[in-house]
Amino acid sequence: MALETLQIEHVPSDHHVYAALFRDVQNVDFLQAQLIGKNPEFEYAFIDASVIISRTHLFAAIFRALNTLTEGTLQTPNVHSDIVIGLNPTNNISESYRRYGLTPSKTRDVLVIKVVYPKLSPENSTITSEQQPTPESIWQHLTTHIQGTPVPLTNEEFAKSTDRAKVRKYYKLNGVPGVERIDKADEEGRRREMEGLVISGIALRGL
Amino acid sequence: MDPSPQSPPTKKRKMATSTSTSTAAAPAVVQEHQFPLPPILTHPSASPPILITQGAEGRLYKTTFFSPDIPCALKYRPPKPYRHPVLDARLTKARLAFEAKVLERCRREGVPVPAVYAQNAAAGWIAVEWIEGAPVRVKINEWLGQRPKNEEEERSAAGQDHGPLIELMKRIGAAIAGLHRTGVVHGDLTTSNMMLRPHTKKKTTTSEQTNGVSKEEEKAKLLEGDVVIIDFGLANQSQSDEDRATDLYVLERAFASTHPRAENLFEHLLESYKQSFKKGASVLHKLEDVRMRGRKRSMIG
Repeated sequence: MALETLQIEHVPSDHHVYAALFRDVQNVDFLQAQLIGKNPEFEYAFIDASVIISRTHLFAAIFRALNTLTEGTLQTPNVHSDIVIGLNPTNNISESYRRYGLTPSKTRDVLVIKVVYPKLSPENSTITSEQQPTPESIWQHLTTHIQGTPVPLTNEEFAKSTDRAKVRKYYKLNGVPGVERIDKADEEGRRREMEGLVISGIALRGL
Repeated sequence: MDPSPQSPPTKKRKMATSTSTSTAAAPAVVQEHQFPLPPILTHPSASPPILITQGAEGRLYKTTFFSPDIPCALKYRPPKPYRHPVLDARLTKARLAFEAKVLERCRREGVPVPAVYAQNAAAGWIAVEWIEGAPVRVKINEWLGQRPKNEEEERSAAGQDHGPLIELMKRIGAAIAGLHRTGVVHGDLTTSNMMLRPHTKKKTTTSEQTNGVSKEEEKAKLLEGDVVIIDFGLANQSQSDEDRATDLYVLERAFASTHPRAENLFEHLLESYKQSFKKGASVLHKLEDVRMRGRKRSMIG
């Protein structure tokens, strides 16, 4: 099973985060239609993997969304869409979906995030625990509906699909002295500096 | 229970840690004196947060962020009970937000500062990159500590073996120049607010060679590394020579009192500042004025 349980620091222990990466997904249009149709079966964060440079980058967006969830200050209907907009360093929500979410006929590799946490039912504010999905049921659901090849969530796999030009544009990193001053040959150094700036951008949105 | 009721409490604690029977009680003593953790740190992490230091405004914890292998520094400004809650929340939020923005700006401009990992200004915390190494203050004092003790020896050695320290002073000057160039003044420059981060590469080879190299070279390694400026809690955005000169003046005064034996080397810092910053000369000119009157210009109020 290629569904990974992400261990993110300083997240409440009753919040579980699962993630999977699918390559060459054939039915992106179907998946996007489910999101637009607000199909409750498809409460996932679907992310275009080409804008992700590393695990830490992804973690930063998830952490931010989980933090707003626990504070009760979500900006979108649920924590999953907040993860997608969490990737954006600016406040434009529809732009966030366009850039970091799914785009039919453009998105090839899809990153799926599922957050499971105790929800309070609206009537009696008690925890409804009976239908919490398990990793097995999530994986079952994903593999039946996503037509793609699952791969492990490693930095190497991310590096294969990252569109550097797009990341530089979205995070306004073109011609930034902090990156440019690093020798072009020092590929790893440049990547690390970019990652630092990307994470800062995510952390600072809204300030 | 207590074998020596008359002994002062400090002595008791020392004894408690040294005797084997009461070692179990020692951690409890530490816990008792610890502050309650900020809410964000009460959630699970791979290793428990460590309180590094407590300042006037906040507390600094070492913890990990995102994943267990990423160390971070988390700065928490607790609510102040003596301030009106609404005002308190606003001040804390504004100051943290400002600090975060200044750090990001410096980082983009290539000034060596920690990266921001996450923040929640409303909740009073900011998590930044953990900088390895030691404060410049510690390193300089270590260096000076190895110097000959008696005055005659010192005089004979003066000027010739301070090379690495002069190099460090120049690196500090260049770092401050970079900071000022981006339009940021630090507000609290001291050698404690700068870290000396060791170079990451070729760590194994250097440690293997230590036996072969002379004592001089070994000493020189002490001051190697990148100067990283930290703690932007009092930073401000300013382009004025006055504010920049004040920054240098504060550092000059702090330097003279923390490292009196190296006071005469401060000129190297200023010289390198002047060379790496286009407006350096006019700032140094202003520094003369600031020295004459102290850092407070405004006499109103």
